Formats: sequence, C-alpha cells, structure tokens
Amino acid sequence: MSGHDYHDHDHSELTETQLRVRALETVLTEKGYVDPAALDLLIETYEKKVGPRNGARVVAKAWADPAFRARLFKDATPAIAELGYAGRQGEHIVALENTPQRHNMVVCTLCSCYPWPVLGLPPVWYKSAPYRSRAVADPRGVLKDFGVSLPKDTEIRVWDSTAEIRYLVIPIRPAGTDGWSEEKLAELVTRDSMIGTGLPKQPKDLK
Amino acid sequence: MNGAQDMGGLHGFGPVEPEQNEPVFHADWEKRAFALTLAMGTPGGWNIDMSRFVRENRPPAEYLSMSYYQIWFAGLEALLKERALVTDDEIVVGHALHPPKPVERILSPGDVAQVLYRGGPTERETNTKARFKAGDTVRAKNINPLTHTRLPRYVRGHLGQIERVIGCHVFPDSNATGAGENPQWLYTVRFDGRELWGEGADPSVTVSVDAWEPYLEPL
Repeated sequence: MSGHDYHDHDHSELTETQLRVRALETVLTEKGYVDPAALDLLIETYEKKVGPRNGARVVAKAWADPAFRARLFKDATPAIAELGYAGRQGEHIVALENTPQRHNMVVCTLCSCYPWPVLGLPPVWYKSAPYRSRAVADPRGVLKDFGVSLPKDTEIRVWDSTAEIRYLVIPIRPAGTDGWSEEKLAELVTRDSMIGTGLPKQPKDLK
Repeated sequence: MNGAQDMGGLHGFGPVEPEQNEPVFHADWEKRAFALTLAMGTPGGWNIDMSRFVRENRPPAEYLSMSYYQIWFAGLEALLKERALVTDDEIVVGHALHPPKPVERILSPGDVAQVLYRGGPTERETNTKARFKAGDTVRAKNINPLTHTRLPRYVRGHLGQIERVIGCHVFPDSNATGAGENPQWLYTVRFDGRELWGEGADPSVTVSVDAWEPYLEPL
C-alpha cells in the first residue's frame, strides 16, 4: 500500500475518487443513514481535539508523578482515563517503559492499529508498506530512517498490534529536567517518541 | 487471508519517509471517507473485523496501488452493497433511487462524543481457564484460512514465549464471518528475532504479537 500514491495519480483519477466519495455521501444523506453534521463533528474531533498532545500529557505525568507512573504501568487504560482520554481505538491500552537497556517500538503489520485517544490518527508513514514490512524484521534500519541510532546492546522490543490492545511507549525522561512542570515536560514529548521511532526532545531543543 | 495486508518481513518497499508537519488529512475527500466510515458503523450493523476483512480482501496488486483512505472507502462501499443499503446504480448517479432500508438508529451529532468515548471494548467474561501462562513456550500454528485472521504469516510455525495473559477477547476469525464473537483467551507472545528471521538476524531484537489461544499450540 503506497500512502503517498494519491500525489502521483493523475488529476482525473484524483477527481474520480473525490466525486465518488461526494456521490456516496449524497446517497447516504438522502437515504437518512448519515447526518452531515455528525460527519463534521467526527472530522473536527480528530483534526482539532484528539492528537499526540494528549499522549504527551500522559508521558509528562508519568515522568513527574511516581504514583501515576505506577498506576500507568499496572493498568494503563484507567490511568489514562484519569486525564480524560479513552474510547475508540484505545479501549485497552498498555504502556511500555523505555529504559537505558530496553527500547520499545510499536507497529501494526496487518493494518493500522494505533492508540487514537492518546496519539490521534496515525501518520501516513505508520500505515505505509515500508514501515509495516520492516519494523518487525529490521527495526534498527527503520530507526535509522528516523535518524535514530541506539547502542548495539540495547534490547529492541517490537510490538505488533495484532489484537485490540493498543501500545503507548513511555520514553526516557531527558536529563536536565529536574523540577520541571508537567506542562513544560510535555513540550519535550514527540509523537514519534511515543511510537518508538523517535526520542524525546532535549531541553536545549526548546527555544 | 494471505493477502497484501500481511506485510511483516516483505522486502522492496524502500525506506520509511516521514512527512514533516504532516496534516491529519491530505484532502477533503479523505476527511469525508473517514467520517462516513465511522458514522455508518452505527446503522450499518457490521463489526470492526468485518471492516478489516473487506479492506484486505482484494487482489494484492490492487491493495498495494491504493492509498490508505482509498482502501477504507472501497471497504465502505463493499459493506454497504453487501447489505443492500446502497446499490450500484445509486453510486453511479450520486442520488438515492430506492427507498432506504429500515435501520435501528443513525449517528446523531449529539451522540458523537459519547460514542467515541465509549469505543468498542473487546474483553469478555468467561468461565474457561487460560490454557497457557506467562513463560510457557508455544508454537504459532501454521494456518492459512481464506477468511480473516490476525495471525501474521511471519510468526506461523515459529516458537515463542507467552509474555502476558491479556484476558478473554472477541475472536476476529469468527467475528469477521458473522459467526459470532466466540471470545477466546488472548496472549502477548514474544519471539526472538533469530527464530523469525534466521541466525544472521540482530540478536538484540524480539518481536511480539497478540495471539488468541486457537492460534497457539503447546510445545
């Protein structure tokens, strides 16, 4: 599956897909199966409200609050729900702890399973054939594509999301952040660091 | 099914190319296709495993040539046509030509937040006992069903260890065919990279899948 294909398709094919989607929406609306206002709300939810800033808040709290961290690794779903994040594609969440000895990376080789309530909808690369094919066979090569290089003896644990369990990586708290507020810590947390294809920002990266 | 969706370990797709400052959607039609798919789950009456199957159930060359939301949209059309909620002639003219089939309810704007927050938990109560426990060595069965399954090819026939007993969950292989939820014990099973990819593989890598009990046999 080539995520960027629609950029390569010629104009008429793109138009055909657009027209087909519009046609189906019209049919479904006329038949009373969908309410266009509900569609707008669904789009707005995942464009504006639900995204990786949610996950960053979870990670920052896990860094700053030892009691929360303990609850998160014991049973992530209720712990994350304390912050108000729950539901579709995050019904059963497991938090994965990165340590200096162990790095976790999450993939869905069969489709695109991803923890929506904390990360939003997955980026194109996560759903693409290059990532889905190589993450399980050559995770270090994939990390290199992201500009990440880990020590040779760091254990790499890849998690293929083949069921309805959704995985959230909790990266290592950057050094030099003692006493930081959760709000400031959250600025260090990148989306990719919660998938395991990236590392958090360092204090010097914040302007 | 052994379709193009089962990508683990395939070669030749090239490097992963992250897009800087990527938008959530890349075109308006993607937004509508996404929202239509979610909204039609309410009157449509299908489940997530049926949705996954209609997306993957196409010739590999076709699957690989379609973008992600093109696959979603094609899956939605297939589900609608299977249930005669929409017919081909209606898609061609872009208007309703036949009376709607009665549906129990549709997704109203007032329900959106609650429906998303509730989601669709798949854990179920059970009276059965889990056959395996953490630490057990198991073999992923060599199965090749023509129907939907969530056991990727790259682990079939290989030995792994039970890392965690997750709970009893809806079994996709049954649920996708309309044969019911048939809940089964679900496990995280971890495989050594060298077991999956051979002696030359990186010894620091392990890979886990979440596998239902019918996928596994004791050693």
